[in-house]
Order: sequence, then structure tokens, then C-alpha cells
Amino acid sequence: MIIKGKVHKFGDNINTDEIIPAPYLVTTDMKELGKHCMEGIDASFAKKVQQGDIIVAGKNFGCGSSREHAPLAILGCGISLVIAGSFARIFYRNCINVGLPILTSGEIHKNTRSGDILEVDLLKGEIKNITQNKSFQVSAFPPLLQEIIKAGGLMKWYSLNKQLESRK
Amino acid sequence: MNITEKILASHCGKKEVAAGEFILADVDIALGNDITAPLAIEEIEKLKAKSLPHPEKIVLVADHFTPNKDKESANQCLKVKNFAKKYNVKNFFELGCGGIEHALLPEEGFIMPGNLIIGADSHTCSYGALGAFATGVGSTDLAFAMLSGKIWLKVPESMKFVYHGKLNDWVTSKDLILYTIGDIGVDGADYKAMEFEGEVIRKLSVDGRLTMCNMAIEAGGKSGIIAPDKITLDYIKQFKVPKGKVGIFESDKDAKYANVKEYDVGKIEPQVAFPHLPSNTKGVSEAKNINLDQVVIGSCTNGRLEDLRIAAKILKGKKVHANTRTIIIPATQKIYLQALKEGLMEIFINAGAVVSPPTCGPCIGGHMGVLAKDEKCLATTNRNFIGRMGDKESEVYLGSPAVAAASAVKGRIAHPEEVASRKKKL
Ligand code: SF4
Repeated sequence: MIIKGKVHKFGDNINTDEIIPAPYLVTTDMKELGKHCMEGIDASFAKKVQQGDIIVAGKNFGCGSSREHAPLAILGCGISLVIAGSFARIFYRNCINVGLPILTSGEIHKNTRSGDILEVDLLKGEIKNITQNKSFQVSAFPPLLQEIIKAGGLMKWYSLNKQLESRK
Repeated sequence: MNITEKILASHCGKKEVAAGEFILADVDIALGNDITAPLAIEEIEKLKAKSLPHPEKIVLVADHFTPNKDKESANQCLKVKNFAKKYNVKNFFELGCGGIEHALLPEEGFIMPGNLIIGADSHTCSYGALGAFATGVGSTDLAFAMLSGKIWLKVPESMKFVYHGKLNDWVTSKDLILYTIGDIGVDGADYKAMEFEGEVIRKLSVDGRLTMCNMAIEAGGKSGIIAPDKITLDYIKQFKVPKGKVGIFESDKDAKYANVKEYDVGKIEPQVAFPHLPSNTKGVSEAKNINLDQVVIGSCTNGRLEDLRIAAKILKGKKVHANTRTIIIPATQKIYLQALKEGLMEIFINAGAVVSPPTCGPCIGGHMGVLAKDEKCLATTNRNFIGRMGDKESEVYLGSPAVAAASAVKGRIAHPEEVASRKKKL
């Protein structure tokens, strides 16, 4: 899985209230949530994002409540990958379960600027900063989680496996 | 391998797993409650699943806002009830037959050593007390586990906590875990399994062990675990027909740990966590002149029989302070009944405390004891975040049932010694 996009950079401890403020939790529609993505920090964020862009953040991304609306909002506004120094545990699970690819790396945060173009090979864990002409190696995205992401999330992965099984 | 790695390996058909590895593991029990199950149910309904493969491995408990506090909570409970009926989930515990989930599941024999338990509730980690791997997950995880019997997991690194020495008077497992969280911080065990060991842990009852593992999440832990021993095995003997397979695992001598912490418990006095973090702990002797508007004894942390017995020991023949509303919540119907038989309820009521039916209630600021602006409460619960028990400007202090009962009598945070004679010590 190769992902290429422009970087939007954030700091440490970005919480789920900043990712999607509580008043918008009245819907589970991804596109609708996407319109308000990151509104807690940057009200015009959703307008700046182009399909396929990448979020690079510091430590403890996604801390706070366990709302699955947060990764849905990120996906819904067009972000294709989040690279953070570390993720809050339940947020990490929720990302995989809704089909949002994520990678853990503190180094990328230090060495990337907003607006840089990254090319990421999830399977190999290779990250190329095309703008700065630098390469990085991080832990590859585990194959099991790749499969879930590729299917579009845990429930879709389940349906897919079900279909395969019934064809056997 | 350590005990956590061994249990996880045994649930994914592998001889060995190592920290950091991702696995798809078999689930022995999947738990949901009146808040988290409805979301999982919607996912299952979207797929139009006709049946579930293992309804006997699902446990649904209506405990958070029961007895239903309003129309919304009533509808949530009804949704769970209808789902249980439609999909043949027999283990649905409604008002009257259940209680707080994390006290109820061990009591009903759903938790066996060596099992893998997931629950859409963060305090699912409690069940490590019986030597099981248990962790809290999201609603989608619960839906997937109900449909497939499986969960994806990252094998966590483990941290070992060893407790040596002799407990001081009135020091309980609640104080040990509060002290530990105070030491390592609310993210001190992030993503990790917390393994509790040492001669002090070996002497703790199952009730006491449940209290310790319950609060692993308050240090960021993925799970808490205590290797099974004679006390564990004696406890599960009460279940003539165990609901799951028993697997006895222990850590190898050369097992790997991210960190090992050793404590001399002789240095620990009863603890109090100050607002607004469970890690904000101090010895009770440092909590001077903190007047209380309310005391709550209950929750999945400290609403079991042992807790009520300690509270009764202190409250016997005493009156709670006129300014301090005191609410006692037996965690399950069975605990309630046993406390009644032992005469504990009479002691509480004579002391001027009110006894609530089993419910999470005030623990999440739901109902049955919500705090007003500027009010202060000492509770035996597990979280004291801003506004957790009501108004954003109220304050929650956390402590053991002994500290809570003594504080109720004094009307301020107090050491149990100030109220009970040494004769009565634990
Ligand atoms: S008693 Fe409190 S912490 Fe325990 S399950 Fe209920 S709400 Fe959660």
C-alpha cells in the first residue's frame, strides 16, 4: 500500500475534543464529521485538506474520550494516513477498526514541515520526504492490520472474510 | 514468556508470542453494557446477521444508568434487551438479577484463570485478578467479537510490580494500587500489562485482588494480572460447572519485562487521591481539614462484600456526620443479600447512611448521588476527573472503604484510626 500526500503538522497531546468537538457527535456520517475535522485547533482545517493528505503529529495523538467519531472525521475530510510519535491506546484501535492507516514515529515529526510531500510504503515502513529528499525507515504496518485497513475497517473485513468462507 | 504472553499465545494457536506482535485471538467472554452495547448492536444490525456463533460467550449487563434514570437510558436498556432476545443471548443481566458488571462476572463464574476476556468498558481489566487476560475495547471491537468470536490485539509489554513486607493497620489493596499509580503516573503503564506479585499480593483475597487490577487502566495499563494460586483455585471451586476452560499459567523465571518496580508496603499508609487525577495521591495524614459533603462506598472498585464488611466495622454504633451524606452501594444483588444476612445493612442505616440498589450511578455522575457546585466527596470509586461525579466545580477524592467510612463519621477526610479502636483493625 503506497500513500502519497501533503503534510499537515500538529503538536503533542492532540485530544479527541480537538479532533472533533462534542457538539458534532450527533451524527456518525463520515463526510459530515469530516467537515468539522480538527475544528478544535484550526477552524479552517477541513477546507485546506486535499484527498490523500497526511497528518504528522507528536506524542499521545488521540487522547481523551474513546469516541470512534474522531478517526471517522479524519477519514471523512480526506486524510489518508496519520503519523504520530505515539497514539492513545483506544484511539489507535479505533483507527484500525474504521480503516484509517496510522504509523508510529517520533523522527518524522522532528524532520518534517507542514506542506512537505511524503510518499509512504505502509508494508515496508519506508517514508520518503520528496520535498526534502530524505528517507526514513519505521516499523512496518503489521500485515494483519494492513488487511483490516485495506478492507475499509474491521466490520468490512469481517464481511469480506465471511463471503470468502461461504465460497469455499 | 510471561503470563500475559502465555495466555495470548494459547488463544491464537501459537507456541510463542512476543511483545509488539499483532495477533487475532479467540475470545472466551465478550462483555457489553447499557452504554456501549447499543453501538455494537447497531453495527451487527447493519450487517443483518441472522444469528451469532457463540451467544453463550456474550454477557450483557444493564448497570450504568439503571434503575433507568430517564427516557434515553430506558431506551438504551430496551435495545440491549431486545437484542439479547433476538440473538439468544441468555446472559443478559437486567435490573434485579445483576449488578455492576465487573463485580458480577467473577461472581457468576464467567471468569476463569487463563481466559481471554474483552469488554466494551475500560475497567474490564479487573478480571486479571483471577489470572485471566482482560482488557477494555471499543464498541466496534465488541461487535466484531460477538460476530466472529475473535479480537485483534497487540501483545503488550509487561511491567512487574512486587510488593514486600507487612501491611500497616487499615492499609488495603486500594491503598496499594493508589500508591502505585501515584508513583508511576496516569500514563506510567501506557499500553502495558501490569503484573502484580510478591508475598503481600499472595495474601490478598480475590475481592482485594479485583480492586487492584480494576485500577490498572488508571495508570494507562492495557491489563492487570495476578498469577493464579490456591486462593484463586479455592474461589473458582464454588462454581460446580465452570463456564469456561481453566488454564493455569505463570511467568517463566527468565520472562521479559519492560520494567520491574519493588515496594516495601511497610512504608505505605492509607492513601487518598486528590482532585483531579487518580495519580494525585498522598498519605491520608496529609489530608488535613478537608470537609466532605458526601461519601460514596461502592462501585466496581470497592463495592464487594469485603469492602462493605470493613465499612460496617467502622460505622457500627456510630453516626455519620450531619453535613456528610453517605451512600452505600452493594455492587450486586448477591452482595446486597449477603450483607443483609450479616446485619451490615442495619449498621449502615442506623449510622444514617443510605443504601442504594446495585448501580454505577454516582461513579459516573449518572444519578443516585450527583454532586452540586463546589461540593466535595470522598468515594471508593476509581476516577476523580473534573466533573466525574456531577458539577464541573465539584471535587472527588478517592480512598478505601475504611478511609471512606471513617471520613463519613468525622465529616472530613480522616484516618480510620481516628474512629475505630485498634482492636477492630483489619
Ligand atoms: S462502577 Fe464506575 S468505573 Fe465501574 S463500571 Fe460502573 S461506571 Fe465504570
